[in-house]
Amino acid sequence: MSSGTKDHAALSDIFNKDEARVDWHDETLWFVRAKRDKAAHNIPEWEALREAASQIKNNVLSNLHNYLIEFEEQAQKNGVTVHWAADAAEHNQIVHSILKEHNVNRLIKSKSMLTEECHLNEYLKQNDIEVIDTDLGERIVQLAQEPPSHIVLPCIHKKKEEIGELFHEHLGTPEGMSDPVFLTAAAREHLRETFLTRKAAITGVNFAVAETGEFVVCTNEGNADMGAHLADVHIACMGIEKIIPKRKNLGVFLRLLTRSATGQPITTYSSHFKKPRPGQQMHIVLVDNGRTTQLSRPDFRNSLKCIRCAACMNTCPVYRRSGGHSYHTAVAGPIGSILAPNLDMKEYSDLPFASTLCGSCSNVCPVKINIHEQLYKWRQVIVKEGYADPTKKLAMKAMEFTLSSPFVYKNAGKVGRWFMKHAPFTVNNKLNLWYQHREMPEVPKESFGEWYKKNKKND
Amino acid sequence: MTSRAQILEKVLNNQPDAQPLPADSFTAFPAADPVQAFATVLTTIGGTFIEVSDYQAVQKYILEHFTGQRIVSTLPELAEVSEQGWEDQDPHSYANVDLAVISAHFGVAENAALWITEDLMHQRAVPFICQQLAVVVSKKEIVQTMHDAYLKIGIAEYGFGSFIAGPSKTADIEQSLVLGAHGPKGMTVFVMD
Repeated sequence: MSSGTKDHAALSDIFNKDEARVDWHDETLWFVRAKRDKAAHNIPEWEALREAASQIKNNVLSNLHNYLIEFEEQAQKNGVTVHWAADAAEHNQIVHSILKEHNVNRLIKSKSMLTEECHLNEYLKQNDIEVIDTDLGERIVQLAQEPPSHIVLPCIHKKKEEIGELFHEHLGTPEGMSDPVFLTAAAREHLRETFLTRKAAITGVNFAVAETGEFVVCTNEGNADMGAHLADVHIACMGIEKIIPKRKNLGVFLRLLTRSATGQPITTYSSHFKKPRPGQQMHIVLVDNGRTTQLSRPDFRNSLKCIRCAACMNTCPVYRRSGGHSYHTAVAGPIGSILAPNLDMKEYSDLPFASTLCGSCSNVCPVKINIHEQLYKWRQVIVKEGYADPTKKLAMKAMEFTLSSPFVYKNAGKVGRWFMKHAPFTVNNKLNLWYQHREMPEVPKESFGEWYKKNKKND
Repeated sequence: MTSRAQILEKVLNNQPDAQPLPADSFTAFPAADPVQAFATVLTTIGGTFIEVSDYQAVQKYILEHFTGQRIVSTLPELAEVSEQGWEDQDPHSYANVDLAVISAHFGVAENAALWITEDLMHQRAVPFICQQLAVVVSKKEIVQTMHDAYLKIGIAEYGFGSFIAGPSKTADIEQSLVLGAHGPKGMTVFVMD
């Protein structure tokens, strides 16, 4: 997604223009978070499960080389073709070449954040290949020509009236119709026709098992299965970090994933794809695209443990009030803010600052990623590497100067109080971003230091 | 250097020191009555729970609720109420199946998921493309949690298998839950003695 030159703060400003919508967005996501809590509290051993999931993923990262080889070997034995893509461009080329080989120029795709990350839809469109997203939320944002704003609930930022308008324009539903049941039924009809006529299907991958070479795709709608089982060619795209060692590890992850995501005990479909059906071709594309670089960063590598449940987004006080598009990257929210700077530190230098560091994200993470600590660490790396916002840098420098000298510190306080009292417009003006949503308390007559000196004498 | 070699080399150079796998997880808090727990969850997620004593009862239920519709089944016991010779068609031809009746290896009490492999579907598309899905499972085959589920699956060989829990659904429009997204609009589970 290209946001031009706008950073998170500027993009949040756009979202915040409609205050009623911000409140609604905030409450909707908090509702999802509350459902997650209820589901988690129903499992007395929840914390033990999180710990097990975290340890399994730690093991995966420490032995990823062998697991990848084992997975490839098993998948090939199962009759699946395995491809390796170093970056997004290569991933897109591989997918394109498979489609070309089969003379396919129309295909369907179920949800895959990896293909969003690689901008596959745009690439295929440029090559005259039509892609139809089949997840309802993704189809809606596709019709609106927008990227998803949330990895689990792609159109959570849209009101049903807006979706009704989109469907009226593109699917011919009656004008003004915005009932979710009616709109879902209309999408079902429209997409059923698509499922029945497309020869190739792309799906994402939730988990890939090294031991057996199978991969698991979770959906509630059944769109991944409808696509894959009707198509002649099934292409599954996955980041290399999706590997888990053994089939039985799925027990841990499937118990955690949907409870963390939406508060459901499990998705409607947890489909285990092991071999192509007779006459079908199955491909897996293993994608690096910066993951090996993230693996090399001790402070940030465990962001690769993420299972994309979005619990950290639903709970984040910033995400809920700034909307997914303010993050200008495929994976929004707290986890996206520690993944994106790895890909492009300059373009995403604003994201680690889009947080209050309250730690709620780390508390709900089912694989125990220390998200808020990594956000804090990224800030330090970004400032050190010189990618921080210049005004922020200037303020930090001024702060360093003031705090490192007792003389400057004492006098700075005095000067500041004088200005705030006698010339408040010099600090409270449009140029000072701090004042946009804040008022300062009344100016005290003296500092604590001055008060202490005076009262100590009187003692 | 191929991308494969390049990726594997970078992974090998960058991966952290070996970390052991944790001990296996097991069911810690079993439900007192797993069948009852299964029924409760299934109903919550939009499914219909029917206790039956034999296939006669299943047939009776189907005749009462789905008569006059296109019914396919993988179960020879239901031959009387279902279409014959449907199995080896192009999967696209099942788009107008109103009801598919299949069986599951087992069900899971904690989430009402049923484990169904390809051999029980005849064709992979069947449980997804039908308008309504019905699944027969033995009462003795309701396990507690997903840990027990994978103990039961073990190293079983299959080309495709799926845990199916309830009808297909979406809440993508303003978080309003709607049953029947792309897959079945309803799911009936016959739990047999």
